[in-house]
Amino acid sequence: MKIRLLYFARFREAFGCAEEEIDLPTHVHVVGDLTHWLRNRGGAYAIELAEGRAYRVAVDQEMAAAQTRLHENAEVAVFPPVTGG
Amino acid sequence: MGVRIQNEDFDVGGEIARLRAANPKVGAVAAFVGVVRDINEGDSVSGMSLEHYPGMTERSIGTIIDEAKARWRIMDALVIHRVGELRPTDQIVLVIVSSAHRGDAFAACEFLMDYLKTRAPFWKKERVAEGHRWVQARASDEEAAQRWDRIQR
Repeated sequence: MKIRLLYFARFREAFGCAEEEIDLPTHVHVVGDLTHWLRNRGGAYAIELAEGRAYRVAVDQEMAAAQTRLHENAEVAVFPPVTGG
Repeated sequence: MGVRIQNEDFDVGGEIARLRAANPKVGAVAAFVGVVRDINEGDSVSGMSLEHYPGMTERSIGTIIDEAKARWRIMDALVIHRVGELRPTDQIVLVIVSSAHRGDAFAACEFLMDYLKTRAPFWKKERVAEGHRWVQARASDEEAAQRWDRIQR
């Protein structure tokens, strides 16, 4: 399954990347699988997405939960808690 | 109903006049303006830059406005949020709600701001003496938004 991953704010800086296209391994089905897989990249991913750290994931521009399913060509964004207003 | 994300400043009086001009049934207009402060967490702030997630921002605020319309009798609502470089005293955000009576306008305006603060994808990076730092989300903002979940309507 191919998806487009976007990173914003502190995560974009920490990961050194704003956007990437990924072909996910077959065992990644839901958001929780994806964040686990990203964490396993180590480095800044392991730190920012560690258990207990606050972060948000959006799938197709809607806030998602760990159980939200991913799909082919999904736009998935990973970012820190928002601070607008 | 409208959502605008822009770099430019906005004219509160002009926006209120435009929002209510079209509808003689409007009896109340509530507006909130958020402004950049020169201090945060005890440190002097000389400026900030605001970034957002184009597309999701407009969509998420549109959803919040729809939710406000479902909860209160409001006639119109406008949200303007600035992005880019801002300095202390600059206006950041404007929320305007019109309704027949003040209760709905006041409540919907506060609801829109509380939800926007925790749901709309904006991030602030402020300039302090030591350099730049990302603003941390506040637990009190999350509590303010959750409070509305307990209010039945």
